[in-house]
Amino acid sequence: MKGIAVSTTVNGDAVEFVCDARETLLDVLRNHLGLTGAKEGCGTGDCGACSVLLDGQLVCSCLVLGAEVEGREIETVEGMADGDRLHPLQKRFLEHAALQCGVCTPGFLVAAKALLERNSNPSESEIRYALAGNLCRCTGYDKIVHAVHAAAGDLRRQQKARKKRKAAG
Amino acid sequence: MAGEKGKAYLLAGGTDLLVRMRGDFIDPDLIVDIKRIPGIQEIRKTASGFSIGAGVPCAMLGRDKALASAWPGVVEAAQLIGSDQIQGRCTMVGNLCNASPAADSVPALVAAKAKAVVVGPGGRRRVPVEDVVTGPGRTSLKKGDIVVAIELQKRPPKSGDAYLRFTPRTEMDIAVCSAGVSLTLGAGNVVKQARVALGAVAPTVVLVPKAARALVGTRLEDDALMKLAAACEAACSPIADKRGTVEFRTEVAGVMARRAAVMAYDRARGKR
Repeated sequence: MKGIAVSTTVNGDAVEFVCDARETLLDVLRNHLGLTGAKEGCGTGDCGACSVLLDGQLVCSCLVLGAEVEGREIETVEGMADGDRLHPLQKRFLEHAALQCGVCTPGFLVAAKALLERNSNPSESEIRYALAGNLCRCTGYDKIVHAVHAAAGDLRRQQKARKKRKAAG
Repeated sequence: MAGEKGKAYLLAGGTDLLVRMRGDFIDPDLIVDIKRIPGIQEIRKTASGFSIGAGVPCAMLGRDKALASAWPGVVEAAQLIGSDQIQGRCTMVGNLCNASPAADSVPALVAAKAKAVVVGPGGRRRVPVEDVVTGPGRTSLKKGDIVVAIELQKRPPKSGDAYLRFTPRTEMDIAVCSAGVSLTLGAGNVVKQARVALGAVAPTVVLVPKAARALVGTRLEDDALMKLAAACEAACSPIADKRGTVEFRTEVAGVMARRAAVMAYDRARGKR
């Protein structure tokens, strides 16, 4: 099968790659673009370790073909931190020890970011439902839920401070 | 598609296709991504109701307020499928054409009297959803046929639908049995029209006209609900597997139908 040339955007950067028709977006990210944050857990959309945002929509990158992302926008865990400054979710995951082996963590971070973008103040059960597509065999989930809850508070405070600064001119 | 000599597959959301490729269950010679076809990722309000494109991810259904208020049962059924990650990709047409007896959106669509719009070498035709699936993994579609949209009718006043499934867990599970009910009420809140469909209790989703007749002319009094449940049980021919025995599936299908009927009735009366 001949290669397919694709132009797309990953974490704000224009990117071009050539992939096989059968290669998934996860293969492309890891093997062609060197972005190894997204992990392959199951390869069948059950575990969420490969979660990325595709045009702002949370998806499993193992269930997207590389050839499908022409002209789209992809966000991965690598795009979450601002240089050396970690995203509040990343900080809180560390503080709450919301990871042990870490294989599921990039997927949880991206899925939690997607949740907090549409719901800035989720309840515990909303967090648990939103993260139902991400499996973790180490933490027992409680620490992850607490970390997301704490990060939601951080983000709301940041938002409030930004508004205040804006109002003050 | 029609010109390909080997095995050709359509790609919509990919949540079944890519899993089957990965498991070596299929080995496509050609994959056609339909998502760039103009209009295929749109929900359109038409003169006769709604037209939902084959590329519309289920997550989008819930964001369409008009659709969710006219057909809450259909939207809830579609949104029970998989995680948020899967919802962002999976489509109702894919759920239909994958032809699983346990497909969540299908009983709700059959109860809703939905039509599949099929485009193929023979032109364009509308097929009742219950006529698309002929057995597990099998459909009545011919080579080159594409389901391009699902059509739902406009709702008369005092109408409501509901879909319920039994699963051991609250999330990320497959229906052990399920029921979709759609009702339209007349004067005095008496049921004027009803459709009842069951999932995961036969090789295909089954429409149960006798169960619907048990509700017509009633206000869902207890004996009407018992007749509905009995008709549903009689329509079941399930398999026994690790998720449920024949007896369990049969009895619980009747319970799901009763509860879905009450939900649909309350919605039709304007009680949410």
